[in-house]
Amino acid sequence: MSENLIKPENLVYKKTDAMTDRVLHYCPGCGHGTAHRILAEVIDEMGIQNETIGVAPVGCSVLAYYYFNVDMQEAAHGRAPAVATGIKRVFPEKYVFTYQGDGDLAAIGTAETLHACNRGENILIVFINNGIYGMTGGQMAPTTLAGMKSSTSPFGRDIKTMGSPLKMTELVAQLPGTYFVTRQAVHKPGNVRKTKRAIKKAMEYQKLNKGTCFVEIVSNCPSNWKMTPVQSNKWMEENMFPYYPLGDIKVPEEK
Amino acid sequence: MKELRLMKGNEALAEAAIRAGADAYFGYPITPQSEVIEYLMANRPEDRTGMVVLQAESEIAAINMVYGAAGCGKKAITTSSSPGISLKQEGLSYIAGAELPCVVANVVRGGPGLGTIQPSQSDYFQSVKGGGHGDYKLIVLAPNSVQEIVDFTRLAFELAFKYRNPVMIQSDGIIGQMMEKVELFEQIPRVEPDYDWATLGRKNGKPATFITSLQLQAEEQEKVNLRLQAKYREVEKNEVRYETYKCDDAEYLLTAFGSCARITRKAMEMARDKGYKVGLLRPQTLYPFPVDAFNKLAEQVKGILSVEMNAGQMIEDVKLAVNGKTKVEHFGRFGGMIPSPDEILNALEQKIIGG
Amino acid sequence: MTEEIIIAGFGGQGVLSMGQILCYSGVMQNKEVSWMPSYGPEMRGGTANCTAIISDEQISSPVLNTFDTAIVLNQPSMDKFEDAVKPGGLLIYEKNGMTRKPKRTDIDICAIGAYDESVKMKNTKVFNMIVIGGFLKIRPIIDIENVIKGLEKVLPERYHNLIPLNEEAIRKGMEIISVEHKLN
Ligand SMILES: Cc1ncc(C[n+]2csc(CCOP(=O)(O)OP(=O)(O)O)c2C)c(N)n1
Ligand code: SF4
Ligand SMILES: [Mg+2]
Repeated sequence: MSENLIKPENLVYKKTDAMTDRVLHYCPGCGHGTAHRILAEVIDEMGIQNETIGVAPVGCSVLAYYYFNVDMQEAAHGRAPAVATGIKRVFPEKYVFTYQGDGDLAAIGTAETLHACNRGENILIVFINNGIYGMTGGQMAPTTLAGMKSSTSPFGRDIKTMGSPLKMTELVAQLPGTYFVTRQAVHKPGNVRKTKRAIKKAMEYQKLNKGTCFVEIVSNCPSNWKMTPVQSNKWMEENMFPYYPLGDIKVPEEK
Repeated sequence: MKELRLMKGNEALAEAAIRAGADAYFGYPITPQSEVIEYLMANRPEDRTGMVVLQAESEIAAINMVYGAAGCGKKAITTSSSPGISLKQEGLSYIAGAELPCVVANVVRGGPGLGTIQPSQSDYFQSVKGGGHGDYKLIVLAPNSVQEIVDFTRLAFELAFKYRNPVMIQSDGIIGQMMEKVELFEQIPRVEPDYDWATLGRKNGKPATFITSLQLQAEEQEKVNLRLQAKYREVEKNEVRYETYKCDDAEYLLTAFGSCARITRKAMEMARDKGYKVGLLRPQTLYPFPVDAFNKLAEQVKGILSVEMNAGQMIEDVKLAVNGKTKVEHFGRFGGMIPSPDEILNALEQKIIGG
Repeated sequence: MTEEIIIAGFGGQGVLSMGQILCYSGVMQNKEVSWMPSYGPEMRGGTANCTAIISDEQISSPVLNTFDTAIVLNQPSMDKFEDAVKPGGLLIYEKNGMTRKPKRTDIDICAIGAYDESVKMKNTKVFNMIVIGGFLKIRPIIDIENVIKGLEKVLPERYHNLIPLNEEAIRKGMEIISVEHKLN
């Protein structure tokens, strides 16, 4: 079903109803915008705009509630999965998602993430992994690659003292509470299509009440990586993908 | 030799921590104070003095790392800004309860909630009245210049160890971000701790040491509380710090702390130019509060205007201090807005001189 | 002497470092100085500004609402800060990219084509030094030698070979700034 929903190229720039008319504040070439758009398209295509409640993080996407034309709550830094739990438990019929960066989800919010997944909350977690704290100006994130420079690892991440880049997605895939866990990207049309399909599946699974769906999107941060958008995508392919390989990590058994 | 530099407040704090002989810094990025950890990471204190610098996974982790290091008798410091300081409150209560020395800096931004990243003084109550649970006090220092950031960072460690108590440096977005000339003090060597209260590893023939804030019996907890209170009375007796400007002949008094006191001082100068006899009292310690200084001036002046970048917090302590002897009013801007000297002068004329 | 300056423009124009260089130079000339940046999300791709105060006396407030001098490098900055110049003060604007002229008649107004000049010098990085030169021509509060000394302090050693180029840029700025409106 999802295949024929992807319309010809000329529809790529049609605004979906599930996004507002606000101008996105993201830097040129940043993956956040694309990720927003496909998530909104899925909501639109499923016709669940009135049934969806989203949770925005603290990070560059803190203003996501301006952009998604669905009801949204803004959580404290890292607490989105707990906030989403609260929403889903009182409104089990609603579609509930969180949209979180790697600092938010994998540093300060690790406990909330692991425990929401471990309880198998029937929510969708969209995880934007750009290997850096974008919003606060390029500090090291738990996902920052070994040797990668950031403003708090100016000589490169030293894994002896700063730990290894954290593969949150592999981690949550271990938990019985997760139902569908995948890692995707949005830097090329083909990847955009795949990611959209994954998000759509994940949203639909919410109705099955089978557990948490977790979609990581490996993304870029041209501003804080100090690269042009094109360079950043190339760098991402060459450096991020080998460590964070794309593909499904845990797929439902049936069908 | 003393060294003159042009530095940002946040960077000066980081440099002062190294020079004060700090053993460890633990922190988590947040605007407007991320320069502290960025400066430390770039300046490699581990090579200069052996000081440890670690980016924690959260402010909760950072303050508990401080707890651990402080419990070992080490000089530990963490810094953050308002939302992160809220997360540290549990840890601060435990540190105060276990009577451990440490330094915490809050580069305050506007709240509540995520609020704004612009400068504010809205965490006065949280710092001064004890933001966590239990009857405890932080010693709270309020620098108003980059120079005082440096001097108070050094002082904070001294007071923390003198009283075995957490010390809060209450900075804000202005002091943290602005650049000024500073004179840096010479490197103070790090010292190996040798305290009987610290967990240094058990010594043969001596009982083991433990760090705790737990008492199973109410009677014992009350003893702890009484001991803490006695300590706070000592702090109140010895550590009050404040500055006065043109108070000798003052008929009206302005009071403000931190960056706001700089702006208020400009308003005072403007008021003097207009012929009003106005003075300024600037608390440098918010706890202990300069109660006596206010009390004395209350007998001399016709009114006090408390100028704050919040909705009126320090004014409560000013009122307690003057105990009804003179009129006390508040003027504030909040949410990250900064009062202008004209606004302050206007408020002074409306609420105190004319009112 | 107290000179309260706001410098405003796009993030990439070197606005913040311009203020810092003035302050470093002020220190070299034994002045009191303070520098306060705008910070936060507005800086992302957008506008940036900083307040630089250079004075013979101790500086009270580092943040101000009105200024002796506004140096505006793009149209949004002119729109925002033209009215913040004290009567009798000075407005300097960069010609490139402006869509209107300043309206104030109670202040001195100067224009500088620093961008075009930096292109002529084949190095747009010296743009802000040209502007500094223009400013110091109109308000000679700091000697050029002290600006150079300031630069030596700010720039890492490996860039010191660029100092002569910067000095040239300052002198160029002094030449090309033009007075558009002068109070007498
Ligand atoms: C309690 C608390 N600590 C710190 C911050 C500052 N802060 C805001 S966003 C952020 C990290 C954002 O990074 P990430 O989650 O990776 O999102 P990105 O901006 O990269 O999309 C931090 C540390 C905060 N707002 N609250
Ligand atoms: S800072 Fe990075 S993550 Fe944030 S909007 Fe810009 S490019 Fe995207
Ligand atoms: Mg990130």
